[in-house]
Amino acid sequence: MQSLSNRSKLVSNKKLSFMEKLYIPVILGGMWITFKHLFRKNNTLKYPEETKKFAPVYRGMHVLKRDEEGRENCTACGLCAVACPAEAITMTANEREKGEEGLYREEKYAETYEINMLRCIFCGLCEEACPKEAIFLTDRIVPTNFERGEFIYGKDRLVEKVDARIDISARQFTGKRKI
Amino acid sequence: MDGGLLTEKLILVVALFSITLLIAMYSTYLERKVAAWFQDRIGPDRAGKWGILQPLADGTKMFFKEDFIPLNSDKWLFILGPGIAMFTALMTGSVIPWGPNIEAFGRTIVLQVADVNVGILFIMGFVSIGVYGIMIGGWASNNKYSLFGAIRASSQMISYELAMGVSVITIVMMSGSLSLRDIVDAQHGMGWFVFKQPIAFFIFFVCALAECNRSPFDLAECESELIGGYHTEYGSMKLGFFLFAEYINMFISSAVIASLFFGGYNFPGMDSFTGNTLAIIGTLVFFAKIFFFIFVFMWIRWTLPRFRYDQLMHLGWKKMIPIALVNLLITAVIIAAYNGWFNK
Repeated sequence: MQSLSNRSKLVSNKKLSFMEKLYIPVILGGMWITFKHLFRKNNTLKYPEETKKFAPVYRGMHVLKRDEEGRENCTACGLCAVACPAEAITMTANEREKGEEGLYREEKYAETYEINMLRCIFCGLCEEACPKEAIFLTDRIVPTNFERGEFIYGKDRLVEKVDARIDISARQFTGKRKI
Repeated sequence: MDGGLLTEKLILVVALFSITLLIAMYSTYLERKVAAWFQDRIGPDRAGKWGILQPLADGTKMFFKEDFIPLNSDKWLFILGPGIAMFTALMTGSVIPWGPNIEAFGRTIVLQVADVNVGILFIMGFVSIGVYGIMIGGWASNNKYSLFGAIRASSQMISYELAMGVSVITIVMMSGSLSLRDIVDAQHGMGWFVFKQPIAFFIFFVCALAECNRSPFDLAECESELIGGYHTEYGSMKLGFFLFAEYINMFISSAVIASLFFGGYNFPGMDSFTGNTLAIIGTLVFFAKIFFFIFVFMWIRWTLPRFRYDQLMHLGWKKMIPIALVNLLITAVIIAAYNGWFNK
């Protein structure tokens, strides 16, 4: 058969020569290779103490953003849930009452908003679908857990705290809002 | 027998025992570190500075594990196996001369527990009893993998002991004595036997690897085929004994290689020192040689893949023994010619 890549090699069953049968030159060669490795820099990253910097496009744990005045951006339109290929997002909508203007940006808001982190494939389609720039994927890692139920993240863990904003400037490619 | 000699020997025995255990302990640490360095890793570094307490942590773990004996095993033999392995490993150190004599408290202290006049034979004998530890352990486990591991280990050790013995005989012929101290003293200064008997050294070294069940001859515990080999069923400190015995054997065989072929405590320029200075430097030189060989053992382990079983037997019976015998014959002829025995 003609080779297309020109990389194929013919199998050779030739008898070993005397020097090859001795194995010793080859063994010494191998030992020389391992000896050189003694002086190489190691590749170890001491993980809990050191962490590797993620690429700017890294898609980790989600955040539900608030606007400059601390109001939730999400209006529970459900586009993220529709866009989600893994069916990981559910929500229930509610109407904003009088006196809650400081909490929610628009008249409708998400009363509950849940992402099942075990279902989520971190594709980022929710982020793309969102018309209100409410949901973003961040460079945070979803922590491990012993209970399956603990992986269903509600609003308590998804919405950013007013006093501890999550920086997503690296991902804000639309440039409409800065925070 | 005077009290001084008794005290002296007692101190020597206790010191040798603890040094052997300490070196075996830190060999496990060194093994992991060396493996890591060869593979561009860091190795254990969590327990203490640079992971220096790692052997203690491992030992503690071993102690606190459940001491489990399988229901179908032969209980007494199961316990006896690791005991024999450990006992024989520790016994061999007693005839090795660790350094030149020390002058202290008005007496000459010999840095050797027992200068047996058949020292090297004593070591060979105990090494071959060491097979029983593995064999009994593997048999008593009542497990196919263990039995396979034990059979492999014992047949391998028996086959390689022959070539090893023959290569030792060449050294014995050259030094004219079976006592290890005489053999070491025959290599005064730089007159190491490795320069006169490189082939015997090579054969002895390869056989030492096989005797210690070290890679590339570690078929007895080859994980991919036999799970753990002869110690599959073992846990807790009994497993620890088997593993520990392996490292003690490695230490002792390094010491034997160093004293048979690399002059033991002899070093070039040793005539300019006398008395206790010579003793201290000689002992340090001897230990440096031992550590070098321990490192080479590890170096080989992390370089070479394991032999196939038939290749191992082929190498042992069809290569090592004939080469050793021819080497023995040539040595004998040269010694006879040198001494003029042909002319009588």
